[in-house]
Amino acid sequence: MLWTKEHEAENVVVRSARVVDPTEGIDAVLDVRIDQGVIAAIAQTVDTNEHRVIDGTGLVLAPAFVDPHVHLRTPGREDEETIASGTAAAAAGGYCAILAMPNTDPIVDSASTLRSLVETAKLEGAIPVGFLAAITRGQGGEELTEMGELADAGAVAFSDDGVPVVSAGLMRRALQYASITGRPLALHCEEPSLSRGGHMHEGAVAAELGLSAYPSVGESVMVERDLALAAYEEQPVHLMHLSAAESVAALRRAQDGGAHASGEVTPHHLVLTDEAVRSLDANVKMNPPLRAERDRVALLDALRDGTIEAIATDHAPHARHEKDVPFEAAPFGVTGLETAFAVLYTELVEPGLLLLATLLERMSAGPARIFGLERPRIATGARANLVLLDLGGTTTVTEDGFRSRSANSWLLGRTLHGRVALTIAAGAVVHE
Amino acid sequence: MTSRGVGSTEPRKSAGGGLAGAGARPTVHLVKDDLRPPDRPSRRHLISIADLTRDDVERLLGTAHVFEGSLTRNVKKLPTLKGHLVVNLFYESSTRTSSSFELAAKRLSADTMTIKSAGSSVDKGESLKDTALTIGAYDPDVIVIRHPQIGAPQFVARVADAHVVNAGDGKNQHPTQALLDLYTLQQELGRLDGLHVAIVGDVLHSRVARSLVQAFALVGIRCTLVGPPALLPQLGVETTSDIGAIRDADVVYVLRMQRERMEPGANYVPSLREYTARWGITPERLQPGQKVMHPGPMNRGVEIDPRVADSADSLVEAQVRSGLVVRMAVLYDVLTGGPVGVRNLAAAEVA
Repeated sequence: MLWTKEHEAENVVVRSARVVDPTEGIDAVLDVRIDQGVIAAIAQTVDTNEHRVIDGTGLVLAPAFVDPHVHLRTPGREDEETIASGTAAAAAGGYCAILAMPNTDPIVDSASTLRSLVETAKLEGAIPVGFLAAITRGQGGEELTEMGELADAGAVAFSDDGVPVVSAGLMRRALQYASITGRPLALHCEEPSLSRGGHMHEGAVAAELGLSAYPSVGESVMVERDLALAAYEEQPVHLMHLSAAESVAALRRAQDGGAHASGEVTPHHLVLTDEAVRSLDANVKMNPPLRAERDRVALLDALRDGTIEAIATDHAPHARHEKDVPFEAAPFGVTGLETAFAVLYTELVEPGLLLLATLLERMSAGPARIFGLERPRIATGARANLVLLDLGGTTTVTEDGFRSRSANSWLLGRTLHGRVALTIAAGAVVHE
Repeated sequence: MTSRGVGSTEPRKSAGGGLAGAGARPTVHLVKDDLRPPDRPSRRHLISIADLTRDDVERLLGTAHVFEGSLTRNVKKLPTLKGHLVVNLFYESSTRTSSSFELAAKRLSADTMTIKSAGSSVDKGESLKDTALTIGAYDPDVIVIRHPQIGAPQFVARVADAHVVNAGDGKNQHPTQALLDLYTLQQELGRLDGLHVAIVGDVLHSRVARSLVQAFALVGIRCTLVGPPALLPQLGVETTSDIGAIRDADVVYVLRMQRERMEPGANYVPSLREYTARWGITPERLQPGQKVMHPGPMNRGVEIDPRVADSADSLVEAQVRSGLVVRMAVLYDVLTGGPVGVRNLAAAEVA
């Protein structure tokens, strides 16, 4: 279900790194030897077998990251991102796998469009990339896509990301039909009659600024509806980019009731609140919007306790001229692939708000589990999907420092800890 | 809030910010200094009432009062801003704001140029950035901008090297309106501190109300917002949907029902007819001696009964007159920098 260009499988030894794999229960200073792209030995000291040796002293070696929510803008807006640039950005961010959303131009709603993306990924994907296909034709919310054929062509999951499936009846049919594919539905929960025209979260900041606002309840009523439908149909659902405390509470209730429901959260929703919008910086404009402190705290709690299993960047590149306008005229979305680990490490792990192990799990095993992908793990016999992290290392986020074709990052000018020193994806060194 | 990267935790510039103390502190609201080209000095702008201190307000009102005196002379023109270029960039229709800014600049002998979006390259899809750069190439001293989008004045301040005066940005701010209303209140009621003003109507879509709430807080005016529930945002002051609440107010400030900002089907109120019946300001709803203000343009018969609009208690014409002198004071203040006393002005007159 994931595709990448041919890489030469590596023979590498990572020497004396602190090896951390929360799922495998490892946290110790060890050597790791990779033979032909497969982890062959993990021990206090391993024979180098004349492999290339990378000194990991003082660094953390962890399972590489999986991003379940990326916009690669291809086809249609290759000026903003391509499969080559987006996967290169992901490699630089420590990812070994990413999933691309289908809201491109044209929409990925037919097997032929999907197959052309797969072919491109085989030619230029720096790391393995998978594709979601639309739930409805043209994401128009009226007719289901041919999910059977799309799944056969390699669709990892189905999503109308960017817009909600407004009709409850159609959502029910989607849940019923998707069951034949065994692929989950990834849902963008937004009630348009409550969110329409909103540029930011409805709260004190929006009231003061006079910006049209999108209240939390505009997300949570749709979360509640979709969870109710999924429970009724006994089908799995994945809730994308959750932003509101009420949504988190609904997800937790559904999980407690036995529903097969999962959720993801973005770095920006974990770090920022609507207060950031006072800057009127177009790079803090995204959908769903940054919400209140209580929402941020609820998201962080849910990430800690596992209600939210995955961190997703919702990497959404935009052309410079489209963001270089007044706030209201700017499109929604910010980039995130190259800064996700560093900002979460700096803002959450360093101050003691989140354990490093939890962050690593939610950026790797969590999303892989939700989408049925190979779990990156540090175990003999496993394909090498590894990231080497220099926790003390700093990076300053600058406009010309990105591999992504776009620079609409909310972190421009920030200096972050937690540098990605090396990424190994599918057995090949893809970034160092 | 843990991030430092997007300016959100930047201290709001209040004391000494805004129009005050030009030499000592940067005065650009919300535009981070590190985003500015290093060779460009900070400029004095009037973007938001939130940038001003009480001292700023008092200084501006005092300057306006001095200018008002000069307008009673035979020759009303002052040479004060001779050789300066003031560009009015209007992306929204306006009668009183654009005409009073233009006249204010002319009364101070500045050169003026008014660019309206209709008939300009804006019609051809030119971005605000390119329009601002184009105007910037003429080296204007002040750009007065009205724009339907919030944050457009900050954006222009970042792009163009000129003093920027916000003449209304979307639903956000209309600082010169708030200042002229304070001036009117001071002239007509003789004080500001301790007054009680009820703002009635569509607060949600009103940049005037947002600026007024902040301005009233600065000078010690008690403020009550009155209107239909869906049109009353939480701005940190008393709000009520009971029109009876205007009873205790010294002044009833009536807002226009902004029909052009009400998307069809939004149902903020069931109908204008119902609005008028519940919240329209009629002679019957007013107490004797209560003053009435309105930022204009009025929808007579909707939010304000024509008998009220034309009554002796209406301050609407005084507001318009204040608009001219307050805008003269604002142009003068952003351009000349520090505090301006009567003596400085007199000297300028002689020059």
